[in-house]
Amino acid sequence: MSLPVILFAALAAATGVSALGVVLSRNIVRSAVWLLFTLIGVSLTYFLLGAEFLGTAQLIVYVGGTLVLVVFGVMLTAQGPLQSLKTRPAEWAVGGVLGAVLFGLIVAVTLGPGGPKGVAGGGGELPGSGPLGLAFLGVTETSQPGEVTGVPAGTTIPRTPVAYLLPFEIVSVHLLVVLVGAAYLARAKRRTNTEKFKR
Amino acid sequence: MPEFWSEYLAYPWNLVAVGATAAGLIFGFIGVAAFLAIWAERKVSGRIQDRLGPTRVGPFGLLQSLADGIKLIAKEDHVPTGADRFLFRLAPYLAFCASFCGFLALPFGDGLVAKDLNVSAFFMLAVLSSEVFGVVLAGYASASKWSLFGGVREAAQVVSYEVPRAMCVVVPVCVTGTLNLNTIGRQQTGWFWDWNVFHDPFTFAAFVIFYVTATASCKRAPFDLAEAESELVAGFHTEYSGFRWSIFFLAEYGSMFAVSGLAVLLFLGGWHTGVLPFEPTVEWGFWAGNLLNFVVFAGKCSVLVLVMMWMRWSLPRLRIDQVMMTCLQYFLPISCVLLVGVCVWLLLAPAWLTTGTRFVLAFGSLALVLGVAGSVILRPPPATGPAGQLPGVWAGRSTPLTAAKAGEPGA
Repeated sequence: MSLPVILFAALAAATGVSALGVVLSRNIVRSAVWLLFTLIGVSLTYFLLGAEFLGTAQLIVYVGGTLVLVVFGVMLTAQGPLQSLKTRPAEWAVGGVLGAVLFGLIVAVTLGPGGPKGVAGGGGELPGSGPLGLAFLGVTETSQPGEVTGVPAGTTIPRTPVAYLLPFEIVSVHLLVVLVGAAYLARAKRRTNTEKFKR
Repeated sequence: MPEFWSEYLAYPWNLVAVGATAAGLIFGFIGVAAFLAIWAERKVSGRIQDRLGPTRVGPFGLLQSLADGIKLIAKEDHVPTGADRFLFRLAPYLAFCASFCGFLALPFGDGLVAKDLNVSAFFMLAVLSSEVFGVVLAGYASASKWSLFGGVREAAQVVSYEVPRAMCVVVPVCVTGTLNLNTIGRQQTGWFWDWNVFHDPFTFAAFVIFYVTATASCKRAPFDLAEAESELVAGFHTEYSGFRWSIFFLAEYGSMFAVSGLAVLLFLGGWHTGVLPFEPTVEWGFWAGNLLNFVVFAGKCSVLVLVMMWMRWSLPRLRIDQVMMTCLQYFLPISCVLLVGVCVWLLLAPAWLTTGTRFVLAFGSLALVLGVAGSVILRPPPATGPAGQLPGVWAGRSTPLTAAKAGEPGA
C-alpha cells in the first residue's frame, strides 16, 4: 500500500458516500450539497492522477458555475412537491438496475484486458487520466503515430487525434440539445403581454 | 520545502510532513492576517469617521481582535427553530475551506508555495469562486427571509463578477505566457517598471478592473449587498452568532488577502521590491532571500487590503440593480476589449512604443502616488487657538463661550 493508493481509497470512499447521499437524501437542497461534495471528490481524483488542469476546470465549471446556479434555482423554486422528494419502488428498481449495469460495465472495462495500466508497471502507481479515458472509450493506442503534414520533420504527435473526435462531437451535440431545451423552457409564453410595456 | 523534510523522513512521511507544515503555516497566516486586518479595519473606519477606534485593549488597541475573539467564543452558538441544522452548521466551514484552499497555490516568495501547480492562477480563480457556496447555504439554511435574500443576492453577484474577473486574469497571462503564478512572479524580477501592470495600457486598465471585481467577489463594500445592514438586518449571517459567525469573517478576510495576493502576483511584481534589480533567492540563498520576499509580498497584499478598507468606508453601497449593471454592462465589455487589445498590442506594437509606454505608465503612477502621499504628509498642521477661542482666521472673534463670559449679547 503506497501513499497514492491510500489517498485514492479515502477519496473514492468519500466521493462514493456523497454520491449515495445525492441519491438517498429527501431534501433537494441537501441533495445539491451532497452533489457539491461528489464533484469536489471527482476533481480531487483528477488532481491525484496528475491532471491539474482537468481538476481545476472541473472545479470552476461544475462547482463554481453549474452547481451555484443549481442551488440558486433550487432555492428559488423549492416549494411543494420538490421540497421533499419521494421515490416510488418502480423508480428504485429501474435506477438500481441501471446503476448496477453501469457499475458492472465500468468494472469490466477497468479490470479487463484493455484496461488502464499503472505507470510504473504494477505496484501502487495510479494510471494517468489519459490512459483511463482511452480505456473507457475502448481505444487502445497500438498504432504507430503517423506522419502529420505541417509540422517540422521528426515531430511525433503523442496522441492519435482521431480518437477524441467522436466523444467531442457527442458532447457538443449534447450541449446543443441542452441549450435548445433551455431556450424552449425559458421562452416568453405570453407574447401579447409584452405589447403593453412598449412605449 | 519537500527537500527540507526529505533529509529527516522517509518517502511517504516526508510528503505528509510537507502537507502538514504547509497547512499549518497557511492557517497561521490567515489567522494573523485576519487578526491584524480586523484591528486595521476598526482603526481605518475610526479615522475616516473622525473618531479614534479601539484604544483600550493593548497598545493602540492592538489586542481588540483578541478580545472580540474571546467574546465570540464565549457567546451562545444558536441555531434558529426551523433551520436546516446540518447545513446551518456546515456553511461557515465551507466558506472558510474555499478561502483556505486559495492559499494552497499562492506563492509567498520564489518557490515558497504549498503546491507549485502549473495552473495556479486558474486554480485560485476556481477555488475562490466557490466561497459563495458557504454564503448561499447559510442564507438558505437560516430559515429567515433576510438571510435568504442575502444568499440569493450573493449568488447572483458572484456568478456575474466571476466572468470579468477571470477575463482580467487572462490579460496578464497573455503577456507572461504561463498560468503558473511562481513563474509569473519570477518573470517580473527587476525594477518596478518591469511589473506587468506597467507593461501596456491594457494591463494597467485590467489591474483596475480586476481589483474592483475582486472587491465585489469578496462581498466588500460598496458591493456588500449580501449583508446590507440598512435593508437586510445583517444579510446572510443574520442568524449566526458566536464562533460560526467569526468563521465567516475569517473566511472573508482570508479571501481578501488571497485576491490581493493574486493581484500582486499577476500585476504588481509579486514578491519583488521593484528597487532591487535581481532575484533575492538567487543572490542570498533560499531562506534569506525568501524572508525578504515574504515581507515584501505580505506588505503589498496589506496595502491592497487597506485600499479595500478605504473604499469600504468612503463609498456608499450600490443598489443591487446598479451592481449587476456595473458588471454586465460595463466591466464585461471593457474586459473583452482589454483582452483583444492586449493581444493586438503584443502582436503589433513596435519596441519604442512598448518601452515608452512602460516608462510613462510607471513614472506617472509613481508621481501620482508620491504626490498624494506628499500632500497628505506635508499638509499644514491643524490650527489651534487658546482655550475658548477660535483658531486661524477667526482668531479674536467672539464665540458663544467668550461672549457669555464677557457679558455681551451672544453671537
